[in-house]
Amino acid sequence: MCPECDAQIVVDDGVERGEVVTCPECNAELEVVGLAPPRFVFAPPEEVDWGE
Amino acid sequence: MRIGLLCSRIRVEEKLLRDALVYRGLEVEVVDDRELILTLAQPVRRWDAVLERSISQTRALAVTSVLESWGILTVNRNAVAVTCASKLATSAALEAAGVPTPATAVAFTPEAALHAAAELGYPVVLKPVTGSWGRLLARINDRDAAEALFEHKALLGGPEHSVFYLQRHVDKPGRDIRAFVVGDEVICAIYRESDHWVTNTARGATTRDCPVDSALRSLCLDAAVAVGGGVLAIDLLEDRDRLVVSEVNATMEFKNSIDVTGVDIPGRVADYVREVARGAPVAVGG
Repeated sequence: MCPECDAQIVVDDGVERGEVVTCPECNAELEVVGLAPPRFVFAPPEEVDWGE
Repeated sequence: MRIGLLCSRIRVEEKLLRDALVYRGLEVEVVDDRELILTLAQPVRRWDAVLERSISQTRALAVTSVLESWGILTVNRNAVAVTCASKLATSAALEAAGVPTPATAVAFTPEAALHAAAELGYPVVLKPVTGSWGRLLARINDRDAAEALFEHKALLGGPEHSVFYLQRHVDKPGRDIRAFVVGDEVICAIYRESDHWVTNTARGATTRDCPVDSALRSLCLDAAVAVGGGVLAIDLLEDRDRLVVSEVNATMEFKNSIDVTGVDIPGRVADYVREVARGAPVAVGG
């Protein structure tokens, strides 16, 4: 369930803990923190030292 | 052999790299840098090598410095990542090695930066010393714009705004080139095309294959040697009839480059990591 809008989120097969997914209803960026059942928290916002 | 895969989040690249390592018979431990505690007097030596894929450059540099102090091999090496994490250090390394790069100047006050911009000749590009994905790049077309921008930076304050890193603007043909170097090979390259002057895929640029000819290969290997070698993405600009190296990236993203080039980039990286883990001497550049 999306922590922002309570939407039920169906994740694809192969999704893993630590991945970031987008809520299809509110577009919140969410990190997958559990798989059975899927659990989500807000993904950390981009920081200035992130990159390649 | 056991490989540590240091990550902050699991992106497509990290999945592909992990799968490529496993395919080669390597045991892979995914290490989340957010959960990591490194007690300096208690070395952890359960990895033959660590592939650094942190999304945070600060964490990447911190972790690899500790791992190397414990004698653990890292890809890339800490010194390489340190150089590539700083656009200024990269520019200095390229200049010192005689690798063509856009004319660059650095200043530390708005007044000095205005003089530097005038000497380079407008337009100039102002970049953060640390940063990626096209963040905070500014093309400055004239002195009026420069005065406003430099004043804003001075007022914003903080260490990241205290260095004015300026480059002469290169009027490139709506694209730049990203080349992928693994050890002593340029394994492939792409054009990154955009109507915007920032031709970064994180900013919407599209990609297509760029043939790697001898001139491109030679320049990329020179750039790789200049920063210390390893697994690197070299960004180049077409400056009229010559190529110049603008940046070198030490934790490269490549998901948009596999299909267009047809090259198994994660596989080639995994091969390199395996050689490093074996303790084999790995070639650096040409």
